[in-house]
Amino acid sequence: METIKDNSFFYRRLHSLLGIIPLGLFILEHFFTNSFAMQGSTVFNDKIVFFATLPYLIVIEIVFIFIPLLIHGIYGLYIVYTGQANQIQQSYYRNWMYLIQRVTGVILLFYIGWHVWTTRLSALFYGKEVSFDMMHKMLASPLVFWWMLLGVVLVAFHFANGIWSFSIVWGITIGPKAQKRMGYFTMGLFVILAVVGVRALYAFL
Amino acid sequence: MTNTIRFKIKRQDSPDSSPYWQEFEIPYKAGHNVVSALMVIRETPVTRDGKKVKPVVWECNCMEEVCGACTMLINGEVKQSCSALIDDLDQPIVLEPMSKFPVVRDLMVDRNRMFENLKKSKAWVDIDGSWDIHEGAPRISQEEWDRTYIFSRCITCGSCLEVCPQFDKDNDFMGAQIIAQVYLKNTHPTGKFKSADRLHALMGKGGIAECGNAQNCVEVCPKEIPLTTAIGDVGRQVTFQVLKDWFGK
Ligand code: HEM
Ligand code: SF4
Repeated sequence: METIKDNSFFYRRLHSLLGIIPLGLFILEHFFTNSFAMQGSTVFNDKIVFFATLPYLIVIEIVFIFIPLLIHGIYGLYIVYTGQANQIQQSYYRNWMYLIQRVTGVILLFYIGWHVWTTRLSALFYGKEVSFDMMHKMLASPLVFWWMLLGVVLVAFHFANGIWSFSIVWGITIGPKAQKRMGYFTMGLFVILAVVGVRALYAFL
Repeated sequence: MTNTIRFKIKRQDSPDSSPYWQEFEIPYKAGHNVVSALMVIRETPVTRDGKKVKPVVWECNCMEEVCGACTMLINGEVKQSCSALIDDLDQPIVLEPMSKFPVVRDLMVDRNRMFENLKKSKAWVDIDGSWDIHEGAPRISQEEWDRTYIFSRCITCGSCLEVCPQFDKDNDFMGAQIIAQVYLKNTHPTGKFKSADRLHALMGKGGIAECGNAQNCVEVCPKEIPLTTAIGDVGRQVTFQVLKDWFGK
């Protein structure tokens, strides 16, 4: 019987899975937790303390966030490199989504790099305190505010549209009707996630 | 109403030489398609500016959109030139060879990669082994036939690959055409026996994982084959195959 001589299939499916578990789940948690900011600085700071005092925090962060992000991000760049967008010749809706998924992914690589540095690593290395107040000060700069707004909206899109293609890759949605319904569902999710994320961002102002 | 038909044709003398453009003009005649017009150009291969040139080379056989050989880019869209009617096209009509296959000469390309991939993915049905592998004719239910017959209409034209952002001259991706044929053969009562082999071929380099779900293929297939359905279904088959491979032994 034919055996498989190459690992590209495995990496591709790993990339796909990591986009949902754990990265997608993390984004849901992240948006939700940040929404506590809407209830004021004390409530939000309490949550920060809760997370900062989790046992095995560093292990959880490295295994469930950092490594998956690195693998998904770097392999994602490779995937972008292997494709040749052709929207000019083939201007179909799904072909545009294909391109946007890639563009958002690449921008997110920069965004998440910056975000992890400013709100996590600099705290870890230089003992900078992460709090409601810190976010409030950071977001006072319009440039930072709009950049973060962009990041929130893009990740909401990338994750939601990712669920759409994930469902085909793994064989959950097969026919065009199922895929269309999933399309409505994921775009709905995009809007909801974006609204939740942007509201949380506004709460820090 | 124009009384001539104008063409702008991308020409290339050999696989390695650089392409160049030439324009041709022939008298209008109702009912012309791109192939019949190319035949008129071949009779008197003279460009619009009066230069006598070598006749334009292209491929065609059936003249009824079932052989796939005359597929080319017509005004930028991938089409079979036999069924592309001149009256439906804006002029000058721009003809180019498909961009994802090696050019042999002028509008003629080498589509061999598709046939090689059919072999790689074992996209056929074994009707005999070292012993009979089925008794009598295999039975297919009407429902099954309704669902799968359309996949057998593939003419290996390459249109689905031409428009695919993941299919490229220099990579190994097999593309929608192969995935659809694997789907068809895996549903066949006798073809089923080799399902795991075909799925394993699609789990290797250039296999189904390379699909980016841009879904252009299904928009352009001249035989209206539900290619994205085959991709989803084979995606599911492959998911289960992975479970069998990893946890089944
Ligand atoms: C760090 C930068 C990132 C890059 C460069 C990136 C890149 C990509 C690319 C190129 C794809 C398309 C894969 C394909 O269609 O075959 C993709 C899919 C996906 N991404 Fe990302 N991504 C990044 C971050 C994220 C994040 C943070 C999440 C989670 C919220 C995520 C979730 C997903 C999901 C769920 C998919 C769909 C997987 C599939 O279609 O099988 N990505 N990513
Ligand atoms: S699947 Fe359709 S577009 Fe692709 S080769 Fe077959 S007939 Fe042509």
